Amino acid sequence: MNPVRRTLLKSIVTVGMLASAISVSLVKPAAALVASWNKNAFSAKTIADAMKEAGYSGAAESSDILLKVPDIAEDGAIVPLEVTSNIPGTTSIAIFAEKNPNPLVADIQFSNGAQPYISMHIKMAETSFVRVAVKAGDKIYSQSKEVKVTLGGCGG
Amino acid sequence: MSMSRREFLQILAAAAAAGLALDSHGAQLAANSSNFYELPPFGNVSLLHITDCHAQLLPIYFREPDVNIGLGQSLNKAPHLVGEHLLKAFGIRPGTPDAYAFTCLDFAQAARTYGKVGGFAQMATLVKKIRASRPGSLLLDGGDSWQGSATALWTKGQDMVDACKLLGVDVMTGHWEFTLGADRVKQIVDNDFKGKIDFLAQNIKTVDFGDPVFQHYVIKPINGVPVAIIGQAFPYTPIANPRYMMPDWSFGIQEDSMQQAVNEARAKGAAVVVLLSHNGMDVDLKMASRVSGIDAIMGGHTHDGVPAPTIVKNSGGQTLVTNAGSNGKFLGVLDLDVKNGKVTDFKYKLLPVFANLIEPDVEMAALIEKVRAPYEGKLSEKLAITEGTLYRRGNFNGTFDQLILDALMEVKGADAAFSPGFRWGTSLLPGEAITMEHLMDQTAITYPQTMLTEMSGETIKAILEDVLDNLFNPDPYKQQGGDMVRVGAISYTCDLRQGFGKRINNMMLKGKPIDPGKKYKVAGWAPVTEGATGEPIWDVVASYLRDKKVITPRKLNLPKLLGVTGNDGIG
Repeated sequence: MNPVRRTLLKSIVTVGMLASAISVSLVKPAAALVASWNKNAFSAKTIADAMKEAGYSGAAESSDILLKVPDIAEDGAIVPLEVTSNIPGTTSIAIFAEKNPNPLVADIQFSNGAQPYISMHIKMAETSFVRVAVKAGDKIYSQSKEVKVTLGGCGG
Repeated sequence: MSMSRREFLQILAAAAAAGLALDSHGAQLAANSSNFYELPPFGNVSLLHITDCHAQLLPIYFREPDVNIGLGQSLNKAPHLVGEHLLKAFGIRPGTPDAYAFTCLDFAQAARTYGKVGGFAQMATLVKKIRASRPGSLLLDGGDSWQGSATALWTKGQDMVDACKLLGVDVMTGHWEFTLGADRVKQIVDNDFKGKIDFLAQNIKTVDFGDPVFQHYVIKPINGVPVAIIGQAFPYTPIANPRYMMPDWSFGIQEDSMQQAVNEARAKGAAVVVLLSHNGMDVDLKMASRVSGIDAIMGGHTHDGVPAPTIVKNSGGQTLVTNAGSNGKFLGVLDLDVKNGKVTDFKYKLLPVFANLIEPDVEMAALIEKVRAPYEGKLSEKLAITEGTLYRRGNFNGTFDQLILDALMEVKGADAAFSPGFRWGTSLLPGEAITMEHLMDQTAITYPQTMLTEMSGETIKAILEDVLDNLFNPDPYKQQGGDMVRVGAISYTCDLRQGFGKRINNMMLKGKPIDPGKKYKVAGWAPVTEGATGEPIWDVVASYLRDKKVITPRKLNLPKLLGVTGNDGIG
């Protein structure tokens, strides 16, 4: 535990500096992507359609994508997720929650050799597979893992 | 200590009085009972283990389950063996004290013969005796120690904190402890335990930055051998219990971080790595197959009294997986022979704590008396007499749970009722008075509110399917280790060959099929969401018991099970 770091970061948020902290990172913030917002992909109702519209069809399973999600979500509204792509030349990573009404959760571009690593929270409607797809050159790779979303209670 | 001749004669007299014909083997065991706790030392590293005592300071009765179903890779393997199947698998003769300790067979009669089990004063004597022959040994507590009794609830765990310190616990992890609230746990760990007991959990991190909340492991020398103990708290605490009680902490299985802790401990010179786990045995078995470098997992949570370890092969060699029962009924003793920095051999014994065979420790007995004194009047109130055996354990129902359901439905005027599938709670023999203390043994939690809710038939089915999957999901990492929610008045079939959402059929209430669109009044307790205000469950059941005075043997509402032919998890 590092209480100093926590306090410091909290104070940064308080004084509204977080936005500028993001803007200097190598991941393009959402605002910068508005121009290329892929409406068809984000509003697709099935994972197959979403993957196709976002340009990730025909993905090959790859163990070079490390996907870290909980086996059972502590809260379906904020499921922590970490992805690392060890595939050379990774230019984008997309996250899909198979059974969400709109399965495409995020599509993140990496430019200028940025390390293809993502840590984020996603919202999940129910137990389903989380699939991540990676674009490297003209090849598409993917990896998936099931996350259980449960009502809770009744334990032990 | 050790059983005196006088006590031995008392046991035989009790056996005769109960009309129990001890077979020759049983008689021989009883005759040898002065040596019952003579455990010859072995090796050079010894670890003593208690787990899931659920705050039972005094000796109690505890009936083991007659239904503990394993499916798929768990089929007919420990811990999913009950009754005669368990006796056969571990070579225990029927009618013996061990058969009484490890199974539910002839429970009421055996309980009258061999008496109560557990008790911290008895445990203290036993721990001292075993430690005397094993210098340098450590005592590990797997958690669920600060919850499960009236006094633990009313003292916010203080009675158990003091008792565990006096018992000489060296290392601990937790689960129900967290339902006292994160602040209370921190207060105990940072003050009462400071410099005395290491509270470990490698799988609890802060929600915001993933920082560790507790120490992940400790390395302690035992007879010159560096031994690492890693702690693993119950991974699904914020799901199975109210998340608002530990809102800033995230749990989970965290296999990667476990492997990292093992590697780190080895790199620092640990010759032995032991995991003190509250995963539950099925999760431990899976973890042992995937994480390398752990010599032994001393496990709890699922309350399985498993007489011998399961040996799991993995890429680093092998891992012993044990589970040490519940309610203070057992003391696990693991002796390791460590040569040239490696475990070369082991012996394991799960000792049942027969209260009549052990002289209570004077100092512990005095502490127990002191902590109970202010509450004795309340605890000893006789609410009713039970005509049948009352117990909780079993995958689908227990007679005490049925009693709670019956009380909930009558007092609340409900069509049906739900009661959580907890695995703690003591047992009562036919003819015993049900005291307030007994009732609290079944209900003492920090979120005891009762509710009466209008639920559609569809919602009822969704809840039942959800809880069933926590029990029978084919992947142990997706199981939570409790039992099925107990259901009052609604009958159903349960097909264990099916997957999520398809196991439950033929739901009926009073001879009529449950209508998915119709609303039903369902009573329940132990809400995990914040803000409930209903009357505590113990008040509801106490008023029912006072009113009935005599509790007739309960008829269990059990589902019809499909897909369990040849399953040794059914007695």
